[in-house]
Amino acid sequence: MSIDISQFLHTFFEESFEGLDAMENNLLHMDVNSCDVEEINTIFRVAHSVKGGAATFGLKAVAEFTHSMETLLDQIRGGEKTLSDEGVDVLLRSVDVLRSMLANSKAGNELDFIESEEIKKRLDELLDKGSSKKTVMKPVVERKDDQQITNWEIKFIPETGLFKSGNDPVRMFRGLSELGIMEATVNAESLPDFESLNPEECHLSWDITISGKISKEQIAEIFEWVADDCKLTITSVEEEATAQLVENMVPEDVKIVVPIVKPMPGKEGRATQTESASIRVSIDKVDDLINMVGELVITQSMLGQLGQDFEMSKIEKLSDGLAQLERNTRELQESVMRIRMLPISFVFQRFPRIVRDLSTKLGKKVELIMNGESTELDKTVMEKIGDPLVHLVRNSLDHGIEMPEMRRKSGKDEIGLITLNAFHQGGNIVIEIIDDGKGLDKAKILEKARARGLVGSDEDFGDDKVADLIFAPGLSTAEVVSDVSGRGVGMDVVRKNIKSLGGNVEVRTEAGKGSRFTIRLPLTLAILDGQLVRVGEETYIVPLVSIIETLQIKKKYINDIAGKAQMYRLREDYIPIIRLYQSFGLKPDQEHLENGLLVVVEGDGQKAGLFVDDLLSQQQVVIKSLETNFQKVQGLSGATILGDGTVALILDISGLLASAKDSAQMQASGAAA
Amino acid sequence: MRSENNGSDVSYSAADTQADGQGQYLTFILAGEEYGVDILRVQEIKGWDTVTPIPNTPSYIKGVINLRGTIVPIVDLRTRFGMVSIEYGPTTVVIVLRTTTVTGSTILGIVVDGVSEVYNIRQEEIKEPPQMGKEADIRFVYGLATIEEKMIILMDVDQVLNEKEMAVVEKLVA
Repeated sequence: MSIDISQFLHTFFEESFEGLDAMENNLLHMDVNSCDVEEINTIFRVAHSVKGGAATFGLKAVAEFTHSMETLLDQIRGGEKTLSDEGVDVLLRSVDVLRSMLANSKAGNELDFIESEEIKKRLDELLDKGSSKKTVMKPVVERKDDQQITNWEIKFIPETGLFKSGNDPVRMFRGLSELGIMEATVNAESLPDFESLNPEECHLSWDITISGKISKEQIAEIFEWVADDCKLTITSVEEEATAQLVENMVPEDVKIVVPIVKPMPGKEGRATQTESASIRVSIDKVDDLINMVGELVITQSMLGQLGQDFEMSKIEKLSDGLAQLERNTRELQESVMRIRMLPISFVFQRFPRIVRDLSTKLGKKVELIMNGESTELDKTVMEKIGDPLVHLVRNSLDHGIEMPEMRRKSGKDEIGLITLNAFHQGGNIVIEIIDDGKGLDKAKILEKARARGLVGSDEDFGDDKVADLIFAPGLSTAEVVSDVSGRGVGMDVVRKNIKSLGGNVEVRTEAGKGSRFTIRLPLTLAILDGQLVRVGEETYIVPLVSIIETLQIKKKYINDIAGKAQMYRLREDYIPIIRLYQSFGLKPDQEHLENGLLVVVEGDGQKAGLFVDDLLSQQQVVIKSLETNFQKVQGLSGATILGDGTVALILDISGLLASAKDSAQMQASGAAA
Repeated sequence: MRSENNGSDVSYSAADTQADGQGQYLTFILAGEEYGVDILRVQEIKGWDTVTPIPNTPSYIKGVINLRGTIVPIVDLRTRFGMVSIEYGPTTVVIVLRTTTVTGSTILGIVVDGVSEVYNIRQEEIKEPPQMGKEADIRFVYGLATIEEKMIILMDVDQVLNEKEMAVVEKLVA
């Protein structure tokens, strides 16, 4: 009998990937000289569950590979072997291989056996080395040679739902028969009549005797997968005393999986993949949520009662109830948001590995310090910030930190320091990547930028502006183009990705002292603080983060340039004025600048003044995508629904400035021709 | 006036109704002609209400509305078909349709002069639209049917906001 187990496949992959992350983490923290048993155990458990899962789902190559890992780990755990640096290395590479094997299996691709074979060979070598025991593939059997031959009696009474969890007794019996001589008697007493028999239920139980050099743990291990779903008694015939009843054990780590559909459709066009992902949410958060919904229901019924026989004398009660409703709604909103929030350690945890590998490769000595790993941020933001962060860290390592002798010469500690900080600031999360390396070579950047025609040869730049140039496309100061960095395609992509999340990145650097990259990101992509502005009859929302200030226009500060464009003098700066009604083809209250308001905004490092008719309120708005049912519109980043139910559009300041620039250029060239 | 026909749990696809031979079509009036759309594509019919115009979009995009929390674009079908636009009157309605594109299903509203009837039309009664040379734009026409001596133009709703065309429009605007 078989049931469709493919439905569990997704969970298996997800759990395996998580497990591998944990495994990698533990391996990296492992100190070979003082090996923590608990750490080895954690790693072992991961290997064990991956192996079991892979075997269940028929991923033979994965299972076999993990088996070697597991064997090695088991021996280390049992104290038969000590973990060497080489061992850690091989295990880390095994994690990589496993990850790629699983990723390939998940995508349905062919597995690449070349690397896995190589690693497996190294694993097996490690297994052979210093081990007097012969058989590597079945170390379980011969692990304890001094053990006496024992006879075991096993009573195995599975619950009826056994098959539904993807388990098959036959597989367990096969496993048992590998341990020693096994005899099983089936007990079909509780089998119902044929008419009432449900073939998906298990009504059989077994009495098994097995003899051989077997320990109780080995038997229990075989039944480990079904321990929750059965009554299992393992008795040694010699010593009847050690009976054990394993019954409905509660898994220690209770987490529930809430499937979520990615709310943000792909930024690029409409080619959105509708892949549904899932996140793990701690049970506390869900309990909180349930409590809050309970309160909401109470408030609702109270208001409902009030509405049934309402009279003016109850107005105070009504306003109380509404206030409560508001509070409930807000709390509910916050906790729903929290469900999507994950600690940033999900991203950070890959850095120790990257730094370790890369510093070995480059021959540098680097220490990585991470602070604020428990800072939470939205899952969508997290997914998109991973790659840019990796890029920045690699950059710091490659370009920032000097070689050890260089550092010694300049009087620094040989070991370079890279610090990752994450913390909340206002409604933002700030991530800093700080290195104590040589800092950016501003002269060289400027020279390169000029050579590439990114800036005019006579333009003068402030220090910060020069540092900013590294985010320009096609600029890399690495002398040697390596596979680490130096192709100059990175930093502009980093900035673009961060911008697309509504954040920004800046760099401060000091020659000889190091550089500091600061990334500022909104906590969530779903809600935005906005300033409502009115143009003619339409209401638009300007994201509060991009507003610098708002001012009444003074005539004397307006300057005409070539009769078409207008600039406004804002203290020392001249900023272009963008008439929103013109960009959007609306009819404004007035066209005279001096009667209106100027909202000074910044986008892509450029300032501009938006000419609007009126400023309305400031409020938090829920971002709704225009692309879901329509398409991307230049100058707009989305829409929202206002309190009165109407739709208001959210301005995309960067896009707006870009298109204003284009049209200004078009006008200019038109005038010239 | 507001009638609702919420068929959210009805599965829909062009193939569904066309395969089993008989389909129901909701017809509406546009400049004196009667057009029909597959009723399973109709999510609801609502009266004309003000919309939020979207800047830099073609003129037939009237704007967007809030349909219970979803932002739905509204297309003026007269303008879309290049007809003379008229003042919206009391019979003017918005038919909210679900369309399928390469990327999935989207929702869109069309403004029409008024709704008419629901007809059962068998597949064999639907005739291919004739080829009319370059002049006439018949991309929206899925077929023609005759009911009680009247011609009904059956519309392919997926073509109203055509992907390719929108891409071109996007370029023109940008």
